[in-house]
This record gives sequence, structure tokens and C-alpha cells, in this order.
Amino acid sequence: MREAKTRCPSRSGLRRELLDVVRVEDVGLYRLLRLKRGRLESGIPGQFFMLAPPGRLLPRPMSLCLATRTELGFLIDPVGPGTLALTTVVRGERLPVLGPLGNGFRLDVERPLLVGGGIGIAPFPYLSERLGRPPAVLGFRSKAHAEAGALVPKAEVVVEPRLVTDAVPGGHDVLACGPEPMLRAVAALAPEAQLAWEAPMACGYGACYGCAVEIDGELRRLCVDGPVLTSHDRNLTPVMSERDAA
Amino acid sequence: MIVNASGCLDALSAPEVAQSLDAFVTKTVTPLARRGNEPVRIAETDFGMLNSIGLANPGIDRFVADTLPRLLEIGVSVWVSVGGFAAHEYADLCARLDDQPIDGLELNVSCPNVSSPEEEVEEIVAAARAATTKTLYAKLSPAVPDVGAAATAAARAGADGLTLVNTIRGLALDPATLEPRLGPGVGGLSGPVLRPIALAAVFAAYRATGLPIVGVGGVETGLHGLELIAAGASAFALGTVLFADPEAPVRVREELEHEAAARGFATPLAAYATAHGQPPPRPLRRVA
Repeated sequence: MREAKTRCPSRSGLRRELLDVVRVEDVGLYRLLRLKRGRLESGIPGQFFMLAPPGRLLPRPMSLCLATRTELGFLIDPVGPGTLALTTVVRGERLPVLGPLGNGFRLDVERPLLVGGGIGIAPFPYLSERLGRPPAVLGFRSKAHAEAGALVPKAEVVVEPRLVTDAVPGGHDVLACGPEPMLRAVAALAPEAQLAWEAPMACGYGACYGCAVEIDGELRRLCVDGPVLTSHDRNLTPVMSERDAA
Repeated sequence: MIVNASGCLDALSAPEVAQSLDAFVTKTVTPLARRGNEPVRIAETDFGMLNSIGLANPGIDRFVADTLPRLLEIGVSVWVSVGGFAAHEYADLCARLDDQPIDGLELNVSCPNVSSPEEEVEEIVAAARAATTKTLYAKLSPAVPDVGAAATAAARAGADGLTLVNTIRGLALDPATLEPRLGPGVGGLSGPVLRPIALAAVFAAYRATGLPIVGVGGVETGLHGLELIAAGASAFALGTVLFADPEAPVRVREELEHEAAARGFATPLAAYATAHGQPPPRPLRRVA
């Protein structure tokens, strides 16, 4: 994989802490889990955290959606037992959180444009803040899902059958996160785009080899080599599964 | 006496976790590089975790030239897990590693994600034994009719110790499509579900051989480790728990000391084989 200029190192030491649940809010059909921040760093947008759902064996990877001085927020699509457990916690509970992990977006871009699809918009509120509120194009599969677009400033929201790639203007430095077909389409439109991928992972720190995707012709771990990659890193054939495969 | 289960930790990605163990056991190394199985490679079930990584590794040449030197710089005792598809491959791997400054070899004769050389344990261990002077452990599967017989075969062939257990083959289906959730279909089941299976296997292998045993399977707490020691393990490994909690070695070690003391044992190893109700058949050899 090519070395990116300001890529965040993923071997900077693991930090895991029990964080207090502040509350869980509905955002359209998604849920925003707010945790007290504790002593964890918020990291670089696009990095992720492993959140341990109560009653489940394995933690789930979630990119950071919101960071304030006192809270960390995670936008979650409750589609499986793990994500359901994470979005039904209540104040007074505590969740083990490990992170930040992986490599985030490069922020040294001149004309940023955020392109997101579905729950893939999760890292954008934090990313938008760090980039000074650049324009964004967000796609959702229904109007109810699209309510989450309100989390991202200066966003043009499109709903299927219209696709984000129909609305992406040229001449921008694209930072994208979303389902695999969207990322492939974005890469075709903007070959220099930074793309945040996802894969099922058990650990998030290089131990399990579960999150292998094809990078430079080899199956490599997305957690330590990604999750943000450029299309140059890949003759893109990642094998992303459905969100939160567990 | 606390190590990682092979394939459950990359010491180069997380050296601080490896340093919190008494020894680091590598992911299994094979003669040639292996790409590993196609994704999806992991799935959580209600009872444990399924994995089908498929022994992805750089092969022995790159391992010796590139990976091992960096592992040795971490400052923790290194054991190398080796795997092959014939006895001579295991022997070649052991011979390649015989002059390396590692503390032991573990023969993976039980990976559920590759076609397994069943009933060849004795042949493989004998070939490896002839090829190396290193401390040699055989990692056995619990999915055999008689773990004690497999353990006896390994002992007869010259194994210095045993690692018990590897994962057990399992399958999970997507509830919507009823298709396998793992790319390759089946995978190895690990996690808490293995705990009673590992205890039974350690118990049987101790009875059959008296060899030092690294107990592996579903350990999440110090008490789980103490139970394996009581069943006849002289060390134990952490596997799936490391995925959820990289600080598990530190926590489990503290809990182990506490649980042993709470039961009147001067040290955790003082509980060795107490589940058998009799003194061990031969003096305990320290491992790892």
C-alpha cells in the first residue's frame, strides 16, 4: 500500500476504557449513541472504535460520528444483534470502548467534498467539523433514512432512485464512505478519492485476520491497512459484506 | 504460563499485548505462502465465534527472513506454530527453525479450516521430533473419538508437551438467505463454548500422558485458567477473549493469582491436576 502523507499510525498503543452511556437518540431510522468521553482520544475522522455490545462475544467497529469535549457519539444502524444491543443501552450502563484504531482520512485536501451513502455518513459530522464544513452529497434509500442527513452541514441529500454519483460535482477532493457499490462508483468518477471501507472484524487491532480485503493484490487486514484507502491502494475487489455482519 | 492461542494475536501489530504474555505463539507458518480463505472470514454466533482464516501466512522463507527477526526484537519468548499437509513438510519447517533463537515449536495438526491430516499425529510428531532439538508441542483437536489416544500417540512420537484444544468445525447460516455466513462455508468455533470441551480434553490427555499441557479454549477469566490447571494444564492460552479485550492477559493474570489464593493454593500451579484427586504421575515440567 502506498504511504499516505498524514496517515494516522495504527500502532500508537491500544487504549480501552469503560465509557458511561449518556443517552441514545433516534436520528431518522438510525440511532446516535452518546458516551461520556473518558480519557479516550477522538482520533482522526475515519478512524474507528471497537464498541462491546452487552451480552455479545465480540465488539463492533464503529467510526466516530461526533466528538465534543465531554462526549463521543456513534451513529449506528440497528440491523443485527450487536448493533441492537448497542442502541438499547440506557444511562447508567457502561460500554468497553477500544480506540481510536486504523487509519483515518487525510485532511490536507484543498477542495474537500464529502460523499456518503446510508450509514456510511457516520464519520461525516466529525469529519465536516475538522475540515471546516465543506460541501457534502449524501444518498439514502428512503426519506426516513435521509433524516440523518441533517447531522452533516452543507449537505445535498438525495434519495433513491437518485444516486449520489448523479449529484457529485467535479473538481473536488472526494472523501467517501458508504456501501461498496457506491465506493466503486465514486472511485470511477474520482480516481483520487479517499474511500472508507468496512469489513466484519473481531478485534480491530490486527489480531484476528477477519477483516481481510484485497489490497495491492493481496488479502490484507482492513483494520491496520485501512479503513481509509485510495483507489490506488486497490485494484478494488474488496469483499465487504452487509453492514454489521454479526 | 499465560500465552496466546496461535492465530489470535499479531505481536507486530500489538507488541504491548504480546509483552503482557509469558510467551507469544505465532500464527501457523506453512512451507509456502498462503493467501488464506476468501472473506467473509468471521461470524459471531450466540455461542461462540466462527472463523475461517485459512492459515494465511507469508510462508517459511519470508517468515524466517522478515517476520521472525522483528518478533524477536519485541523481547518476549517466541514459540512458532507450524503446519503442513504431510509429515515431511512439518519436519522441513522444524529443521528450518532449529537454529533460530525461539523457545519452542507447536505442531498445528488440528486446523479445522484446511484439510486435516487425520490420524497422522504420530507420524507427524515423529518426523518433526527427528528434525529438531527444540521443545516440541503438538496442538491436538478435540474432535476425535479419543483425545487420550491422540495424546498418547503424540507422546509416543516424542512430543515434549501438548496444546489442547484447537477450534471445532461449525457452521452459521444467514437467517434471511439461509446461506453460510462465512465465505468458505464452515469455520472453526471458538470462545466460551469451547470451555468444557477443552477441560475434558486436558483432563483426558493428562490422564493418558502426564505431559505438560497448554490448555486452550474459552478462557475469559482467571478462574477459567485455574480450572484448566486443575484439569492438568501447566499453562493456558487466551484466544477469542483477546479480540474483545487486548488487556485480558493482565486482568486474567491478576484474577488467576486471586482465585488460587482464595482456594488456599500458594501459587496457581499448586492447583495443578487437583481435579484428578491424585498426585501427578510425573514431576511437572515448566512450560512457556
